[in-house]
Amino acid sequence: MKDIQIMDPKEIIARRVSLEIRPKMLVNLGIGIPTLVSDHLDESMGVFFQSENGVVGLGHRPPEGMTDRHLTDAGGSFTSAVPGASIIDSAFSFGLIRGGHLDLTVLGGLQVDAQGHLANWMIPGVFVPGMGGAMDLVTGAKKVIVAMIHSAKGKSKIVQECNLPVTSQRRVDLIVTEKAVMQPRDDGLHLLETGPGISVAEVVADTTAQLIIEGDIPEMDLSRTT
Amino acid sequence: MHLAITTEEAVAMIPDGARVMLSGFMGVGTPDGLVRALAAAGKKDLTMIVNDAARPDTGVGPLVTAGCVRKFIGSHIGVNPVLQEKMHAGEIEVELVPQGTLVERIRAAGMGLGGVLTPTGLGTLVAEGKPTVEVEGKTYLLEPPLRADFALIAARSCDYVGNLTYMLSATNFNPIMALAGEVVIAEPEEIVPVGVIPPDAVKTPGVLVDHVIKRAA
Repeated sequence: MKDIQIMDPKEIIARRVSLEIRPKMLVNLGIGIPTLVSDHLDESMGVFFQSENGVVGLGHRPPEGMTDRHLTDAGGSFTSAVPGASIIDSAFSFGLIRGGHLDLTVLGGLQVDAQGHLANWMIPGVFVPGMGGAMDLVTGAKKVIVAMIHSAKGKSKIVQECNLPVTSQRRVDLIVTEKAVMQPRDDGLHLLETGPGISVAEVVADTTAQLIIEGDIPEMDLSRTT
Repeated sequence: MHLAITTEEAVAMIPDGARVMLSGFMGVGTPDGLVRALAAAGKKDLTMIVNDAARPDTGVGPLVTAGCVRKFIGSHIGVNPVLQEKMHAGEIEVELVPQGTLVERIRAAGMGLGGVLTPTGLGTLVAEGKPTVEVEGKTYLLEPPLRADFALIAARSCDYVGNLTYMLSATNFNPIMALAGEVVIAEPEEIVPVGVIPPDAVKTPGVLVDHVIKRAA
């Protein structure tokens, strides 16, 4: 594995999230940092990646000259399908998502709050991309992980209460940034791990939300990642 | 049996102000020929029901760019700055619908159901003003059916009965929208003789398809 001191923040996040994935899971990865997670998984795990547009068994991006305009991922980029892949229509695809068949979704966020509410679909009056499949994913997946850079423009994206419109009333299960792993529970937001080379004091200083800190907080163990 | 018509003949059937469903996901599986011809014909005040606005020059984007659209109903507009601009300027009304809810509302219309009960959107802006229903101890949002005057479908293959097949992720909304348009117009990549598409391979039965577009010579 690469020296963590020179590791890109996005790679730290992707590697840490990859540790949450178990063999044979059905997983949906959002656009951006979440997409990088699949780079750190052993193909022998038999994980199937699903995309909203109806691919079960997404593969890697094919080389130039081997693309097919009928085979794209949820970002509209060319993709491939692994042996054993299947194609479903949009209703079936969201049946998988909403019906409790999707083991894990990893999404980016604009804000997450201490109650575990995610906001990731609009900044009123500034930018309104729309929710796409995010509301269904957060509401329906068995497990929801938010994977994002800790701060934007110097401001913590982990806040006490979202002031942006939320994506779902469902509490997300885990928040992974380059500085911390956090978990919202009934009594508030727990700090579980710190990022490589980051102290607990630094995490607290860089986080607007109140963190619950119990005992010694370990550093992320990225040595097990591929 | 259908006699294939030209794209121009199809476009002439669609009046200004029509509610039009267009399939596609970021421009993949969108009937591009119909989009271009509708834009070129200068249609006005269309209500567009579509997954996403794609980019200004891909998917349904050209219809937005050409000023054909009055109302947009869909789930994502994040990579079409032209639509963002027209929305902020008040030129286009935008109704954002979660993607899974969008496809189920279309399916409900096509399947003769009075709506959809979904947990998606509860506790968010999407739920504002909508009734909720409790079933077996769980709360759901009641979302109404969504139908259109025209459903414009992009198919891989089509025969002269109108039977359609789709290809890979270009399938997306196509088979669902083919149920929910008053008039269904299919734009296939190829038209094949009846019998070439085996019954098991048909994804949309020809009985749902009103018109088939032939490729430009």
